Amino acid sequence: MVGRLSFSRKAFNAFNYGVLGLFSILSLLPFVNMLSLSLSNKSAAAAGLVKLWPVGLNLDSYRFVFLRHEFFTAFGISIGRVVLGTAISLLMTLLVAYPLSKESRAFPGRTLYAWAFVFTILFNGGLIPWYMTIKATGILDTIWALILPGAVQVFNCILLLNFFRGLPKGLEEAAFVDGANHVKILFRIFVPLSTPALATVALFTIVMHWNSWFDGMILMNSPDKYPLQSYLQTVVVKLNTSSFASIDPVQAKLLNQISDRTVKAAQIFMATLPILLVYPFLQKYFMSGIVLGSVKE
Amino acid sequence: MSSFLLTGQASLEEKGMLSPKAMRLLPLHVMLIPPLVLLLIYSYGPIAGIYLAFEKFMPSKGIFHSPFVGLDNFKYVWELPDTKQVLLNTVVIAAMKIVLNLSAPIVLALLLNEIRIRAFKRAVQTIVYLPYFLSWVLLGGILIDILSPSEGIVNGFLQALGLKPIFFLGDPGWFRFTAVVSDLWKEIGFNTIVFLAAITNANPSLYEAAVIDGANRWKQTINVTLPSMLPIIVLVATLSLGNVLNAGFDQIFNLYSPQVYSTADILDTFVYRIGIVDTQYGVATAVGLFKSVISFLFISVSYFLAYRIANYRIF
Repeated sequence: MVGRLSFSRKAFNAFNYGVLGLFSILSLLPFVNMLSLSLSNKSAAAAGLVKLWPVGLNLDSYRFVFLRHEFFTAFGISIGRVVLGTAISLLMTLLVAYPLSKESRAFPGRTLYAWAFVFTILFNGGLIPWYMTIKATGILDTIWALILPGAVQVFNCILLLNFFRGLPKGLEEAAFVDGANHVKILFRIFVPLSTPALATVALFTIVMHWNSWFDGMILMNSPDKYPLQSYLQTVVVKLNTSSFASIDPVQAKLLNQISDRTVKAAQIFMATLPILLVYPFLQKYFMSGIVLGSVKE
Repeated sequence: MSSFLLTGQASLEEKGMLSPKAMRLLPLHVMLIPPLVLLLIYSYGPIAGIYLAFEKFMPSKGIFHSPFVGLDNFKYVWELPDTKQVLLNTVVIAAMKIVLNLSAPIVLALLLNEIRIRAFKRAVQTIVYLPYFLSWVLLGGILIDILSPSEGIVNGFLQALGLKPIFFLGDPGWFRFTAVVSDLWKEIGFNTIVFLAAITNANPSLYEAAVIDGANRWKQTINVTLPSMLPIIVLVATLSLGNVLNAGFDQIFNLYSPQVYSTADILDTFVYRIGIVDTQYGVATAVGLFKSVISFLFISVSYFLAYRIANYRIF
């Protein structure tokens, strides 16, 4: 920007920076408030003194969470479902995207297959038949119940399919001349060339698995098998549940510093942390993924 | 070696087995088997399970031997006192979300586009996109705390201004407002990204021409930026039509409570309570089927319109 700015332009700029700044602060404020709450003591929290800065700074709420096994059991289950679920889902996405990225002329039957997948995003059986089906396959109460039913993510398949279609056509023909078959072409040529798209799909899947809570709540029979978000649903959201069921003497010592509220805040923050850690990657790849998935023409 | 291969192929064809072309395509069919099996079980299985909607389901008899009752489940639900209110709540909440989640990101994208200080733009984007990646369990937990009438920071602020505390989540008159605004907090980033991408793709020569014609920034925004966003806006608007009955189960379930059912209860939470809590599987399946059929119609129409208007294709 060179030269003088007109008065109206300056006024608009001031307004724009002001509005966006305020909007960002409002959007961030709830998180700052929760973080300070998790670091504050019981009486300050109860008196409503905690705003944007901890009052009676202490780590006892975190210490309490660390002393209890429930949080970390659930955390471990979540890590397990993310790793296993993403690996399987990624493989399924590749197995769908590659054949369907062929033209109908080159792969007769392609359109029929494609519709079989797309129909499932248009129509579904609803909650109860979904539950009954999973129950009928005998995987209820196992980690597979959290992984297999959602392993084929049709939107991710479409995203990768579109990416594959953008790869040079000559690659495949050249590989065929060299004696490669489709399996080799997919894993030796397409996969290495598709790392940005695969990273996007992997991140979509990781976040989906990390954030899922309803399936764990419905498909696991006992809370000790809940993934983290389902466990948090029971302690953070549900009314009249206390974090303080069955505490031992070591934990009881912490009670004059902590309350249900500060412990909940600490758990919310600890569950947010993994997302914050991958957030730089999310920003980098998610953006391109969202654009690739929805703006393509 | 090559002659051996050739004779081998010839003999396969003679025996009436697969042609070389079909042999080459075989791996493509085989690749699709694992995902298709999963799809058949976990997506088409539940579709077949819709049969439950026409049964009086008894756990002891199972799906195959429970008595067939025709449309009785549908009649029963339709006569329940709450059903019409639930349907109304669903459409009202969903419609408000559709309108707000479309219009606010347009404004945000336009404002962000005027920011020249890179770091500031980055910071705003980083903060505003964050809630999109968090679950409604966490966001619900945060909202329940900050909106609490007795201890929450929001009502603390209102009281400091001399206002009475507001029961954002406990007052039927406030619940929908709270749900729609907090949904915007979470979702605004998604469409903003899409619209910002559309703005960056606008043809620069159009701006040059506008400057030569003496257009100021405001005129450029109205006459160049907005029109270049329009196809994407129309596309996003059209596709969101498919959500008329999706009022957002994850959010509502984590925020509502019995005292606000009159304005907060939606089809999905209704199905959950009838089906999972009260175990009336047949009735819950019937309500779910109603939702699936209406949604199917809307999604199909929206994709068709998107195809006609914006030449959008799913695959």
